[in-house]
Amino acid sequence: MLDLRQYNSLGEALRAALERWPDEICLIEADRERENVRMTYREFERAALPLACAWQDAGFKNGSRAAIIMTNQSKWLISAYSILFCGGVLVPLDYKLTSAEQLELLAHSKAEFLVVEYHLWRAMMQAEGFRSLGARVVLVTEAPPGADLAGAKRWEEFREERAPAFLPRSRKDAASIVYSSGTGGRPKGCVLTHENYLEQCVALTSLYPFWPGVRYLSILPTNHAIDFMVGFIGPFTCGAAVVHLRTLRPEYIREAFTRYKITYMSLVPLVLKNLERGLRRQLDELPKGRRRILNTLIGVNRALTRRRPRLALSRALLPQVHAAFGGELRALFVGGAFTEPATLQFFYDLGIQVGNGYGCTEAGTVITVNDFNPFRADTVGRPLPGIEVRILNPASDGIGEVATRSNMVMSHYLDEPEMTRETIVDGWLLTGDLGRLDGSGHLKLFGRKRNMIVTEEGKNIYPEDIETAFEGLPAKEFCVFAANYLWPARTMVGERLVLVIHLEPGQKITEELISRISDRNRRLVNYKRISGYLAWDRDFPLTASLKIKRGELADEIRRSLERSSVVAL
Amino acid sequence: MSTVQNTTEQILQLAAEHFKVSREKLTADDDFFQKLGINSLQALDLLTRLEQHFNIQLPDYELQGVSDFRTLAERIQSRL
Repeated sequence: MLDLRQYNSLGEALRAALERWPDEICLIEADRERENVRMTYREFERAALPLACAWQDAGFKNGSRAAIIMTNQSKWLISAYSILFCGGVLVPLDYKLTSAEQLELLAHSKAEFLVVEYHLWRAMMQAEGFRSLGARVVLVTEAPPGADLAGAKRWEEFREERAPAFLPRSRKDAASIVYSSGTGGRPKGCVLTHENYLEQCVALTSLYPFWPGVRYLSILPTNHAIDFMVGFIGPFTCGAAVVHLRTLRPEYIREAFTRYKITYMSLVPLVLKNLERGLRRQLDELPKGRRRILNTLIGVNRALTRRRPRLALSRALLPQVHAAFGGELRALFVGGAFTEPATLQFFYDLGIQVGNGYGCTEAGTVITVNDFNPFRADTVGRPLPGIEVRILNPASDGIGEVATRSNMVMSHYLDEPEMTRETIVDGWLLTGDLGRLDGSGHLKLFGRKRNMIVTEEGKNIYPEDIETAFEGLPAKEFCVFAANYLWPARTMVGERLVLVIHLEPGQKITEELISRISDRNRRLVNYKRISGYLAWDRDFPLTASLKIKRGELADEIRRSLERSSVVAL
Repeated sequence: MSTVQNTTEQILQLAAEHFKVSREKLTADDDFFQKLGINSLQALDLLTRLEQHFNIQLPDYELQGVSDFRTLAERIQSRL
């Protein structure tokens, strides 16, 4: 079992791994058929230390904040290590946010240093608000020759051979600031400590171990909490390798399994469903006779693995299926959003274990995960070792809010003491999710108590963030809610957003108004769109500082209107 | 020399074929996620089809923030 007790920081644990396995491969980066990068731990260190020198030359101090905005690639990890080596605090930002949103979060985090890919930097330079960018040192990767970088430096130019100074941190110091929501009004910057990550790493690898020779396929960007843990910290502290794939296209994902003999991979439900569809299609295309034989073998595998997985046996029974996944796959990890039990069961019956997990950034990534002891498709598994979970105020059916306590729970929300107090109460993190624990300690989720939705791609959408898209709408006031928050539904699927509009006296809902709403809606990225509107005829309850009292308004709406009052757009 | 208009037309044609909808139902300003009822992975599938047709390579990030055929055509046009 991995022991990280002697380390006080991620930087220390990673540095020790680099020294321990200098000749093991740690990173492979593939872009479709082309392999861009293949490096050992020694080479990784040689790539990262010049960046550490660059940071220190530019005045980087213990605790300095440095943001990374990149797609899924090896330079993310190299940059992150250089920052952790210098005692820095990582601010991993989602490259899929708009430039304006990235600039807002950069300002909120007060990051003084930034690593960014060229195409994202180019977009940022054109965005409103670029001039107020607070980062004073920017390193841009993959910039074409002669490109105007507005004072930023090229990442690839740093090849200094001096040894930079390693800066120690303590376990309770901040290791990262991770934004768990968008930017609308109140960015939620979760401050995670070195202890949070080191403990999570030990807990996770006790169930899913890594060792030299293991290959983890990374398709999620590393700013994603799951990928940061199982696609960086986990494999690196154990001497394993991470294979970055720079495309999400299903044909290349399938190819990567066989080409790189993948051991583990994390994905979101949408990608898992896609893999399932592809496999089902292949099975359906088999000649009838072969299909019948295969069905029998799948049945035998199902019967023999009912109590526990038997990987060697499954591989022997269903060799073609396992060969399609490279023959060395041990498990897929899925999380970030709800996965249908039928999908999990489909893979399990083929002998492919899908570790269905549940967690959130605030809890230090994973709270519960299936331990296959035995396999349960209907739950999100049991709490990780060292994590306590309890259900607050359970109703008669045992369902209540999921709360968790462990040394993996974040320290606080950056600059939001009130929000922190509301979220962490007496050491318990209130997740806002509704769940029930069964007799064997498995957690089953039933819906959300909070005003938010989660997409199949694992994106958390906070309705408040979407309201800015409707600003200036000709109405007295408006507000966006998750339909399941207004009318609690015990479901994890089909979550929707609703625009509640309060018109001016005498004003009517006209076609023109609806078309304006639709126009604004179209400007939002597809997963952030509202699905309908609701006309409301009373003033919104407001706080003294004129903010909408969302909870109170939701109560009023719930009392007087039904879900069927929502008009679809 | 193809124009953006020409490229847009070809994209609409290919998208209609790929997702088995009538070409007449699609216009350049349509939001393809909504109109075709597709998710981000299916949109990547379309991108692969377009790459083959135009004989270009489009990184996944080129689709970032793009949801209408016209903007997609502009992105492709800039690489032709």
